[in-house]
Amino acid sequence: MNATTTSLRPGPRRITTRWRVVDIVVASVLGVASALVFFAWNQIYAPVTAPLEAVLPGSQALLYGVWLFAGVLGGLVIRKPGAALFTELVAAIVSALLGAQWGGFAVIEAGLVQGLGVELIFLVFLYHRWSLTVAMLAGATAGLAMAANDIVGYYLASGPAFQAIYTVSGIISGAVIAGLGSWFIVRGLARTGVLSRFSSGQLTPR
Amino acid sequence: MRPSDILTPPVGGRVIFRINPVAKLAATAVLGIALVLSIDWVSASVALGFEALLFPFAGLNFRQFARRTLPIAIAAMFAAATILLYGRASGVSHWRFLLVNVTDGSIELSIATLLRVLAIGLPAIVLFVTVDPTDLADGLAQVLRLPSRFVLGALGGMRLVGLFAEDWKSLELARRARGIADRGRLRRFAGQAFALLVLSIRRGSKLATAMEARGFGSPILRSWARQSRFGWREWLLVAIAASIAAVAVGVSVVTGHWNFLAGA
Amino acid sequence: MSPASLSRVAPLSVDARGWGWRHAGRSDWALRGLDLRIEAGERVLLLGASGAGKSTLVHALAGVLGGGEEGESDGRLAVGEGDASRARGRVGLVLQDPDSQVVLARVGDDVAFGCENMGIPRHEIWARVEQALRAVGLDLPLRHPTSGLSGGQKQRLALAGVLAMRPGLLLLDEPTANLDPGGVIEVRDAVARVLEVSSSTLIVVEHRVDVWWSLVDRVVVLAPGGGVLADGAPDDVLRREGAALAASGVWVPGHPPKHPDRRGRPGETLLRNEQLSIGRGSSVQTGIEFPVRAGECIAITGPNGVGKTTLALTIGGLLPAIGGRVRADGLAAGLGADPLRWKSRELVTRIGSVFQDPEHQFVSGTVAGELAVGARAIGLDERETSRRIGPLLERLRLSHLATANPFTLSGGEKRRLSVATALVTRPPLLVLDEPTFGQDSRTWAELVAFLAELMDAGSSLIAATHDTELVAALADTELRMSTNGYALESRVH
Repeated sequence: MNATTTSLRPGPRRITTRWRVVDIVVASVLGVASALVFFAWNQIYAPVTAPLEAVLPGSQALLYGVWLFAGVLGGLVIRKPGAALFTELVAAIVSALLGAQWGGFAVIEAGLVQGLGVELIFLVFLYHRWSLTVAMLAGATAGLAMAANDIVGYYLASGPAFQAIYTVSGIISGAVIAGLGSWFIVRGLARTGVLSRFSSGQLTPR
Repeated sequence: MRPSDILTPPVGGRVIFRINPVAKLAATAVLGIALVLSIDWVSASVALGFEALLFPFAGLNFRQFARRTLPIAIAAMFAAATILLYGRASGVSHWRFLLVNVTDGSIELSIATLLRVLAIGLPAIVLFVTVDPTDLADGLAQVLRLPSRFVLGALGGMRLVGLFAEDWKSLELARRARGIADRGRLRRFAGQAFALLVLSIRRGSKLATAMEARGFGSPILRSWARQSRFGWREWLLVAIAASIAAVAVGVSVVTGHWNFLAGA
Repeated sequence: MSPASLSRVAPLSVDARGWGWRHAGRSDWALRGLDLRIEAGERVLLLGASGAGKSTLVHALAGVLGGGEEGESDGRLAVGEGDASRARGRVGLVLQDPDSQVVLARVGDDVAFGCENMGIPRHEIWARVEQALRAVGLDLPLRHPTSGLSGGQKQRLALAGVLAMRPGLLLLDEPTANLDPGGVIEVRDAVARVLEVSSSTLIVVEHRVDVWWSLVDRVVVLAPGGGVLADGAPDDVLRREGAALAASGVWVPGHPPKHPDRRGRPGETLLRNEQLSIGRGSSVQTGIEFPVRAGECIAITGPNGVGKTTLALTIGGLLPAIGGRVRADGLAAGLGADPLRWKSRELVTRIGSVFQDPEHQFVSGTVAGELAVGARAIGLDERETSRRIGPLLERLRLSHLATANPFTLSGGEKRRLSVATALVTRPPLLVLDEPTFGQDSRTWAELVAFLAELMDAGSSLIAATHDTELVAALADTELRMSTNGYALESRVH
């Protein structure tokens, strides 16, 4: 056995933009887990957001960020081009299979649009910055995309006041629930050591 | 319906079960795109009418149909109610209170919205119920030529959902055993969800290693043990969907109700 | 296609020269300076203490370690003629966890998966699938769902999936560690059957030596940090290194782990089961009657699926009884006699339950936090909490991990932590589900000694287990369950 000096510096990690199998599988696990959250949220969102809608029509979107966190979560964990879009799409597809009330196609289309919103922000930062600010920005953009998509799809016939409130609420919800929320989740996950195969799992090296 | 039910769709001998999932995807897309372009009760109701004629052939008995479509029925009513109360005003106003304004215009639009949500959503739900995930993956990779690494990797990850239900039950019992099941239901739910996420990611990482150990992800060109066929039945389904869409849009245009993007 | 075609696979050799591996983000090398040569066709058992890098070596041979993104390597590792990192498809790897190896939803599809990845034409795939399933003795229709299979069946399915690829090198990384005794034998027999017709090189990593003894012709023991500690014919290595191996945690035949021999003196009755019917939804067992006394250990044994866990959960007040009653008068201390009716914070001071998978019970971000959860649930103040936590951490050797996240602990440490968390609230009765599952001999001995201490101090223990050594070491009474009923047997002489 060769005597070795144990290096105090941690081992290097050369990141490639090519997706490994573990990237794909974990991204879809995240997507499925998110879809289950969507499923649960689908059952209860109507009565929960009804009071908001009654008080200020359009503000129910303040809680709609729940449907946006899949993309941000996927992007923050996998940290590769397309991760956010992929995760949100998988979540949408599984959600559709579970019988999301708006029908398969609409759910998947919404996932696509929302995921693109998140992906755009990560792309703007060249897939190099994964801070809290970036996460919240990504969530906010997803919220904007969601609001636009919903208005065209369901609320085209409503007044401009409703549409404006809906959009602003969507943006806030995306930033807070999807952006901030996902960032905290990833931090917690990293601490459990379960992300050791990803660069997002790096805390203080052992 | 438990979430894990989705991965074991009802098995049946009827034709609808054997039609390529990609065809079902295409059919719902065609209908969806055509109907989403306008909010008017004519196109939606025409489409819905034809669809209703075809639902009996979808492989679901009445009870299953009712159970699966109940959520969308409720959602459609909520959406319609929203439009009724806050929709774009036109014509005679029937009731006014703060921001609420029920007018002729908003009534018509709310009916149209209700029908539209149902016309787009019902066929999608009904068709997707009979889709087997493995067949869908085969179709996406062989027919649509999506990269097999992504399609199968995603399928592998999705299969892990079958274990979620057992884990969840165990996590719940564990909270009671630890003495913390009395209060803070929401907090406990979040904690359990997080634990489930940790367990699933770990299983996913192990599954990825197992898949790689069987040669997955290498540059070798993959062969397929199950062939995904797109034949006349599949084209027929897409054609039926396209015809319904065409007739619905046509009738709507001819009767002057067509509202491209709601008259924007 | 006959089994003979399996034997026409050219076996591969393994050659390691000064090889080492370091995972990205860690400062220590998992393995360093390994020199090892395994000839084509040899059958090798790879042993070593936990952390000696056995799993790392085996993963590297299969080409699944991950390259630059996951770490760096040193030296040379060759499989056959080429480098190990390009070995995918020529090397078969079966892993430890049965649930994480099932790729597709139907048996036939799962076995065909490996062949598809290698680009084998369709008609030949299905021929190989049939052959592989027969080779491992899995007699199921191709459309059978994979979700309902037992652990042993799932491992055999994984083995079939690997065999269908006709690998020249077969690697098994602790394939029986997560299985019950029945499953262990199933897998072992399947491998034996395969070895009769196949000429592939075999490397098995396990910490149970007796299972693979007769199948291998060479044993290699790795030293922690790298290098080979012992290498040779099984009998030789066992003679020379048997004691050292047993001390490091390997289950060596002839060197059983030491444990205190205790027989309790049962005291007053804590709990009575009256005509108990258990099950989840539908009834699995009916008419169960037995008392639980202070200072007593009752072992619940029986084959998989017979309801051991269900019984343990029912007695523990977590699952409702389908019929009959659990009367915990001796524990109630002012509450009703049915544990199911107690609030959870009342339950923890009376009955502590430890689950089969310790990770299901983790609710906190640190080890110390885990222990404090129970204390806080029953309303103890800070001083009392630390008074109770400190000694428990010490006794179970977890003090140095007090701030670590529970999910990052090793298997043995997680097991000790889950037992410790149940004890903070000092319940007189402890219900354990498979407490020694998958443990190496060292952790096993520690746990048994600790549980014996608890009972000497007056606690009662109910353990649902299929570990016969645990039953022999601790149990005063054995409740043997079967599909036809149950039998109570006293072990006190």
